[in-house]
Amino acid sequence: MKQQNINPEACPVTAKHIKVALVGQPNVGKSMLINSISNAHLHVGNFSGVTVDKTEVLFDYKDYHFTVVDLPGTYAFTDYTIEERVTHEYLCAEDYDIIINVVDSTNIEKNLQLTSELLTMSKKIVIALNMSDEAEKEGILIDEKYMSELLGVSCVKVSAATKMGIEELIDTVIEVYEKPKQEPKLVFSEAVEEEIEKIVSYLKKHKYKAVNSYRNVAINLLKNNKKTYEKLHDDPIWTELQPILIEASRHIELHHDTDDIKEAFAEEYASFNRGIVAEVVKYTADERREKKSLTEKIDAILIHPLFGIPIFLFFMWGLFQLTFTLGNIPMEWIDGFFGWLGETIAPTISNDDIRSLVVDGIIGGVGAVVLFTPNIIILFIGIALLETTGYMSRVAFLLDGFFHKFGLHGQSFIPLVTGFGCSIPAYMSARILKNDRDRLLTLFIIGFMSCGARLPVYVLFAGAFFGQDMAGTVLFIIYVSGAILGLIAAKVLKMTAFKGVDEPFVMEMPKYRLPSFKLIWHTVLTQTIMYLKKAGTFIAGAAMLIWFLSNYPHNELLDQEYSVKIEQAATSEQKREYENKLAEMQLEQSYLGRIGKLTEPLFEPLGFDWKMNVALQAGLAAKEVVVSTLGVLYSMGGDVDETSHSLAENIRKHIPFASAVSFIVVVMVYLPCLAATTVFAKEAGSWKYAFYLFIFTSVVAYVLAFIAYNVTRVLVGG
Amino acid sequence: MTLYEVEKSKKVKVIKLNASYELKQRLISFGIMKDAVIEVLEHAPRKKTIEVRVGKMRLALRAEEAQQIEVEEI
Ligand SMILES: Nc1nc2c(ncn2[C@@H]2O[C@H](COP(=O)(O)OP(=O)(O)O)[C@@H](O)[C@H]2O)c(=O)[nH]1
Ligand SMILES: [Mg+2]
Repeated sequence: MKQQNINPEACPVTAKHIKVALVGQPNVGKSMLINSISNAHLHVGNFSGVTVDKTEVLFDYKDYHFTVVDLPGTYAFTDYTIEERVTHEYLCAEDYDIIINVVDSTNIEKNLQLTSELLTMSKKIVIALNMSDEAEKEGILIDEKYMSELLGVSCVKVSAATKMGIEELIDTVIEVYEKPKQEPKLVFSEAVEEEIEKIVSYLKKHKYKAVNSYRNVAINLLKNNKKTYEKLHDDPIWTELQPILIEASRHIELHHDTDDIKEAFAEEYASFNRGIVAEVVKYTADERREKKSLTEKIDAILIHPLFGIPIFLFFMWGLFQLTFTLGNIPMEWIDGFFGWLGETIAPTISNDDIRSLVVDGIIGGVGAVVLFTPNIIILFIGIALLETTGYMSRVAFLLDGFFHKFGLHGQSFIPLVTGFGCSIPAYMSARILKNDRDRLLTLFIIGFMSCGARLPVYVLFAGAFFGQDMAGTVLFIIYVSGAILGLIAAKVLKMTAFKGVDEPFVMEMPKYRLPSFKLIWHTVLTQTIMYLKKAGTFIAGAAMLIWFLSNYPHNELLDQEYSVKIEQAATSEQKREYENKLAEMQLEQSYLGRIGKLTEPLFEPLGFDWKMNVALQAGLAAKEVVVSTLGVLYSMGGDVDETSHSLAENIRKHIPFASAVSFIVVVMVYLPCLAATTVFAKEAGSWKYAFYLFIFTSVVAYVLAFIAYNVTRVLVGG
Repeated sequence: MTLYEVEKSKKVKVIKLNASYELKQRLISFGIMKDAVIEVLEHAPRKKTIEVRVGKMRLALRAEEAQQIEVEEI
């Protein structure tokens, strides 16, 4: 294989591959460390089926080819959040050579809790004592040589921020990789050591064949490690071993006064770690005195019981403004570019069908995806800022009380507010919710926050039925009632579909930190590429489907009939009328039109005619399409916008007020658009949920529209 | 006494976690376990959420969760 020729970056054949798993608690600087280690090309990947991404970085150093996998931060292996699950599963099941355990030097004791669990995994480990620059400033001195000795694991002082010790870290990784595995020195209390010894001697007596040391097997058995259990379960010694184990567990639980072996082990680790910290960490004189830290000073303002929430609302308003004002500038360019691209390519394709597929289907569809990118980038920068500075946790702290009433979570606020701009970044930002159920519930109600694309529909109808002076108020009412509906829907969902005990809310409030430009750039870039790559392919496909449904079957006879009429038209006015008529007839007999006709009886109770049906169903693709479809159907040409007076007039003439109200209600509640739905499915983790969402929003939309229609009819007569 | 009842800027020691299995694991992973020392730092509006310090880590937890942590004064 001449691999070098194909991929110039491939390493020489002689090089050795080292696959490193980067593990640590959240906010210890893993992402920043991976950045400092290499500026190598990013390889963006993610675990199938879940939303949490792992990032892989490839680089060469000396004669080695490195693959570093940045695993999601995890406090412990409790499998509580997606992050914990992803990391735990990766560490247990995947193939890698060595773990770099990143540790926050300013808070070693807490970090070592995870380290202890890693030590029982019988993998090669190097500990990176990160943030040593900060530790130094805070007067925390760590004797890493002594620590390596005590733990039986190499510890290296590094600082991802100042790039100190990075090279030494990699050298250590190579050294550990080349050496045979060392047994880490994890020492337990006497009671536990006694039980371990019993099991070890039993295994010894029966010459049990194990890959790992007997001590390791014994610890894992006591810890109830699934894999070790399964392995031994099929062994003939199990029948004798099991009662010994049960007895041992009972002793340990008794010793710790608990009925939970995990709790017992956590306490064991904690006391071991306290011992380690007491040995290796020294403080310069003034550290121990309790002085007010910067974080405390900032917190005094930002989570102030009175000012905290107003300050946060101001920040959100700023982010919101930026996302949808600044973001709109490049959006126009992108829109213009794709328009130009379509116009330039169109004449080069002679076949009508292929041209329409390429220009309207593919370029139109992909353009719609790319169009959202500026919004998404700004929003991701905002979220990255909120997260890396540590402010996000404060927000959750402040708002959790209010949102919890509706079954939501303090952090649900951000996706919900974002939803007023565009549902796509809103769905994506729901990632900040670490718990599955909280996130799903939030995802389900984001659609109730009316997105920007629905605005044209509202403007059109408000303008058609209300005076200029009233239209603004009507818009406001629409938006606010949408949000209120959302909160009610959350409450209802929480009491039905997402019933069950409330997920606990226990969250770290990390230290405030200045954001690092490079880190934010890295995060935003990764997420943006992911969006374009993943959602792009889905959305482009979906757009093509809608294009197909609204263009086929194509009736040639109609074309012929109207082309004669159009040619013979006396005035350009009349000509346009014929063109619109043709478009309407074609749409009416297309698959989409047929569906509209077919579903007419279904939507009659809501006061819709088939044209409104079609407009709403086309609106499943994108809300912008609702206005242009109405334009076509009410014979005003496809290129109308919400400011078109004659369309508003036509609508007033042809649509009864009660039907209009019910139409608006449906637009408020049902699926935002196909693009958003695909993103929803990705974020929720399964298409199953997209189906549920479709059913849920459709049923709610139908019921509410039905009520709205009839109430309005009674009130104003329709 | 539970953690919920502790006044601001008081330090207490954990005696027992009266929590469900899941919450217990969660608390333990944050270092809230028997003998851990906790200081209450701040209350959110209407004491729905409280902020505490465990070791060097600052944690936020809901009133409901705080009520399941049994503590004693030190
Ligand atoms: N002073 C200092 N700050 C760091 C260091 N490493 C990371 N940080 C900061 O710590 C915060 C969390 O880092 P991040 O890489 O996102 O942590 P992760 O959650 O483990 O990926 C960021 O604000 C970084 O700028 C370091 O070595 N020194
Ligand atoms: Mg990270």
